[in-house]
Amino acid sequence: MEVLFCISSLVAILSTVMVITRLNPVHALLYLVVSFMSVAMIFLSLGAPFMAVLEVIVYAGAIIVLFIFVTMMLNLGKETAEQERNWLKPRVWVGPSLLAAVLLAEMIILLTKGQPGSMQVTVVDPKKVALSLYGEYIIALELVGFLMIAGIVGAAHIGKHRKKTFHRFLEDEAETEQQLKADYHDVHTG
Amino acid sequence: MTVMQHIWIVLGVLFVLLNIAAGLIWVERRLLALWQDRLGPNRAGPLGIFIVLADTLKLFFKEDWIPPFADKWVFITAPAIVAGSVLLSFVIIPFAPGIVVADLNVGLLFFLAMSSLGVYSIVLGGWASNNKYALLGAMRGASQMIAYEVFMGLSLMGVVMITGSFNMGDIVDAQKNVWFCFTQPLGFIIFFIAGVAETHRLPFDIPEAESELIAGFHAEYSGMKFGMFFIGEYLGITLISAMTVTLFFGGWHGPAFLPPLAWFALKTILFLGLFILLRASLPRPRYDQLIEYGWKVLLPVVLANLMITGAIALWLKST
Repeated sequence: MEVLFCISSLVAILSTVMVITRLNPVHALLYLVVSFMSVAMIFLSLGAPFMAVLEVIVYAGAIIVLFIFVTMMLNLGKETAEQERNWLKPRVWVGPSLLAAVLLAEMIILLTKGQPGSMQVTVVDPKKVALSLYGEYIIALELVGFLMIAGIVGAAHIGKHRKKTFHRFLEDEAETEQQLKADYHDVHTG
Repeated sequence: MTVMQHIWIVLGVLFVLLNIAAGLIWVERRLLALWQDRLGPNRAGPLGIFIVLADTLKLFFKEDWIPPFADKWVFITAPAIVAGSVLLSFVIIPFAPGIVVADLNVGLLFFLAMSSLGVYSIVLGGWASNNKYALLGAMRGASQMIAYEVFMGLSLMGVVMITGSFNMGDIVDAQKNVWFCFTQPLGFIIFFIAGVAETHRLPFDIPEAESELIAGFHAEYSGMKFGMFFIGEYLGITLISAMTVTLFFGGWHGPAFLPPLAWFALKTILFLGLFILLRASLPRPRYDQLIEYGWKVLLPVVLANLMITGAIALWLKST
């Protein structure tokens, strides 16, 4: 299990680095899918199959599809790649990556020299997840529900458009009728 | 189960599936011809069955062309995703007692995860082709499949509630006396509709609607890459049929006079026929009609089904 964990973490790190360095946004998103799937593998190797599958269904299967959906409609071309290249100068990324490397070194030391029993795997089945979600964490769950409803209501409000009942020819007719009425009004008051 | 037995099961499932996918080329044409009052392919070999051979040979030897304006690597990956994700879904289906590749604890969710990854083949194929029609097809495909995935997942939750498990073996065992198509009729109907939409088969084939979009997302594909989309579609039909049988029609259960595997195959073939009959008889809806039908009709119905099932399950538990 530990070997599987190490391999999938390595894949996760590599693919995430690729997400940041790709110039074409769709290629970056594809690497993001791989990253999510390797995170799912990490969950699986740590004994959480339910979380692993949900990671694939929700993140890899739904959210990133929507990301790609939007990006592919933007029709990003060579100019975006050029812009990305300009943004990705060593001056920008050297500092954060040095700091992250320090953290990585610390974690490797902890993993190799820490207590040997720190990677104990207990399998959590869906039933346990459900019981803790609807038992211990019920209030948090309800609050998340409120948040989601807010999102849905917002989307419904933005997406609403007034329905046109007229055919376009009839619409013209209605306009001229209104114009006539206005003229009539003008004549009789002015 | 020994390792050797396991490998044999994997190879056997793969062999049967790929042959079914190829054989469906002939079955579909002959059945369509039957329902449209004509003969269909009947020249090559007995009953014209060698049309399968001719078709696959043609696909293999056609020029495999990648358009110069396409995004090469994404273009190549897209058809592999559809075949791969559908084949992986078959891993969790129990064909008969003991004949299952992976008896996963979260089997049903694994199926949903794989079917949600299948969307990528359409989206990426359409985007990488760098063609307006392909892009339109990809957009339609993405929104159709994301929408219908929701109803597919929700329609199965009734079955999960009654069984109390995501394991496919447990779900089949729970149908020993009563099949779930009787206790969950709404769930079955919605799952089947969503399944047709997920495999983007006629009447819901709007991502590739040939009368409007030429061939939609795979307009630029040729040779065996097109063949992968083709095989992926037939595998998808087989998958949805097998899943319908496992979840709602008792899996390998049946009256005693046939072996379990035969019952499973028989029921699956019946549903394959139903898929082809749908193609022969129903007109294609408009794109907005399809999406509206999903969110305004199927979603409320499936939620009501879920709540009623939950209420009855609670009531039965308390009495």
